[in-house]
Amino acid sequence: MTEFLIAGGIMGAIGATLAAVLAFADKKLYVYEDPRIDEVEGLLPKANCGACGCAGCRAFAEKAVKGEIAPGKCTVNSAEGVAAVAALLQIDAGTEERRVARLACAGGPHVARHRALYIGLPTCRAAALVNGGAKGCSWGCLGLGDCERVCTFQAIHMSGHSLPVVNEPLCTACGDCVEVCPKQLFSLHAVSHRLWVACRNMADGAQAEADCEVACTACGRCAVDAPGGLIQIVNNLAVIDYGRNSLASPVPTQRCPTGAIVWFEKDQGPLRGPEAKRITRQSPLPVRAADLPTQRATSSYEGMHS
Amino acid sequence: MNFFGAERFFGPKRLWRGIHVPEHKEQTAHLPIRRLPFPPLLIVPLSQHAGKPAKAIVHEGQEVVRGEPIAEADGFMSVPMHAPATGRVERIAPAPSAKGELTPAIYIRPYPGASQEVLYGAEQNIDQMTPAQVVAAVQATGVVGLGGAAFPTHVKLKVPEGKKIDTVVVNGCECEPYLTTDHRVMVEYPRQVLHGARIAMRAVGAERAVVGVEDNKPDALAALRAANGDRPGILIEAVAAKYPQGAEKMLVKVLLGREIPAGGLPADVGLAVFNVATLAQIGELLPDRQGLIERVVTIAGPAVSKPGNYLIPLGTPLRWALEQAGCTDQAVSVVLGGPMMGAAVGSFDIPLTKGVTGVLVLAKGGAYGEAQVFPCIHCAACVNVCPLQLDPSHLGLLARKDRYEEMETVYHLNDCFECGCCSYVCPAHIPLVQYFRVAKQMNRERKARS
Repeated sequence: MTEFLIAGGIMGAIGATLAAVLAFADKKLYVYEDPRIDEVEGLLPKANCGACGCAGCRAFAEKAVKGEIAPGKCTVNSAEGVAAVAALLQIDAGTEERRVARLACAGGPHVARHRALYIGLPTCRAAALVNGGAKGCSWGCLGLGDCERVCTFQAIHMSGHSLPVVNEPLCTACGDCVEVCPKQLFSLHAVSHRLWVACRNMADGAQAEADCEVACTACGRCAVDAPGGLIQIVNNLAVIDYGRNSLASPVPTQRCPTGAIVWFEKDQGPLRGPEAKRITRQSPLPVRAADLPTQRATSSYEGMHS
Repeated sequence: MNFFGAERFFGPKRLWRGIHVPEHKEQTAHLPIRRLPFPPLLIVPLSQHAGKPAKAIVHEGQEVVRGEPIAEADGFMSVPMHAPATGRVERIAPAPSAKGELTPAIYIRPYPGASQEVLYGAEQNIDQMTPAQVVAAVQATGVVGLGGAAFPTHVKLKVPEGKKIDTVVVNGCECEPYLTTDHRVMVEYPRQVLHGARIAMRAVGAERAVVGVEDNKPDALAALRAANGDRPGILIEAVAAKYPQGAEKMLVKVLLGREIPAGGLPADVGLAVFNVATLAQIGELLPDRQGLIERVVTIAGPAVSKPGNYLIPLGTPLRWALEQAGCTDQAVSVVLGGPMMGAAVGSFDIPLTKGVTGVLVLAKGGAYGEAQVFPCIHCAACVNVCPLQLDPSHLGLLARKDRYEEMETVYHLNDCFECGCCSYVCPAHIPLVQYFRVAKQMNRERKARS
């Protein structure tokens, strides 16, 4: 019986001491945190996407409460959500134009030729390390869907022509696809940037068109048709100066022979000009005989490994 | 070292771990080095080496003489380029490379009637040069590591501050299947190899050199021993054939029992390692102050009609080389380098550069391609063969989860030199090395961003 009492007494004493330490620490080491941070965080979308430049929604809430960032900088949040945050903090909501990821390539295998067949790890990253991928155009989309896999918001899906399509309402401009693409084809753009060159091919016109039927051939028609230096031809490629975006209109797309320059119409996606080639082909283009050493029959290259 | 004739009892020194792969060297090992005709157009990339690209010093339309410098080194980590043929510079424009990106190159159209003799150069007396002068002279030859890495040789000849190099290791292993370029160089140019080794010894201030040759090349061993005679300083030693013994770290461990620390260089353990073909070029070019304009490339594989060891002008398009050697209609895949570490090509319009050791044309039905990949069964076959004692199995699992940073910081990803043993033995056909290459690339990009 005594042993039992001794053990119980010791345990009780230890418990009481530790409880006293905890009670002391709770008072002495208390850190005041603005209760509004939790409230603001509750109003945020909790996507933790990083599109605002902060390390997650909590960091954004802390900055917003301190007044270092306007609630509107969270482009993922709904308009009501932004207004609610602004009302809570009694500050101006601020504005930030919504940005989305845009892909600078339109060359699926039905329009862009392959030099070889890639067999290996089915990711773009791995394919790009094997001779830059199997495509004729060394700048183009490899179509193995690394961006689709990396997108946390299911905003990217691969089309039937092995090209990623961005679902703009879902895109939060977090930049994950920009980082993962081995060809750096994605970039983040304000939704008002509606004129878009969907090509990065810097080869000369004839070569570019031989590699891909929808490549920019640097013919310069868009540059002529666009007002005030909006479009320039740099390195065999039409480049849009988004600093003059107010001048943009669908006009430069009208005479584009390949449809490389497009106009993003709201809810309709990219629109090509009326003179752009109409391509009805669905099947992939075959490998050209000219891409192969001449002493071998064409047929044997169909299975060429990359 | 060979104490008390230990070799007689235990056989030649051998690599621990690693694998035995079918060698396939009989196809070209007996074939003397032959010249390939000049192609109608040479594409000389300005970056054929590790380091900064060279700067072109010719202009479009200029006539060049074979062996003349056409690009100068841009700093110490760079080498010059020399004209591989007498002809006219057609243009200076981007050209496709084996890495897939376009790199600046000088296009030279050789004159069909030219004798293509190397008239450029002047004698120089190496014995009177200081080590620093030898390093500068080697840089002027444009020689880089011809074993495949294409690392500028003069950089290795310059002894780092505070280090002392006691031994030059000459790498004549050539453990990759099919390749026989180093083998033929040792058989046909043993004097140049040994001369190059002595130049390297002078430059780094080493007293001795050890030549390691795998024992599947007895004729190369015999040729080197005959050329060396009784002269002291150079020891020619046979090592038991095993892959990847030709890797710098492996050979040093086998020959001298020294282990290069992780992330370190051979200089950290008092060594400098050179490939035999590199030394043969230095031994050949340096006394005449000439430049590197051609190299030996093995064109082999089951789908080549005229396999051989060809002396190829640098910048020869792959398409021309393949047309000269001929491919059968069984060909399905073309690989630059050996089958273990080489990379398949996706275009025939790339030029053969200083780092290309071989061109392999593989046939249908080979032991590669679309093997079905199964999940890892944790059999540890890869762990048993990894020459660096890494854990490829665990690295592979991490790579599948995109945990690239952890692979580098915890599991020593950067020590992996991509020898391919793990992928070769994996019964589940997991492309481990490809995962590691992707991981390394992702880590490089992440570091560049931050």
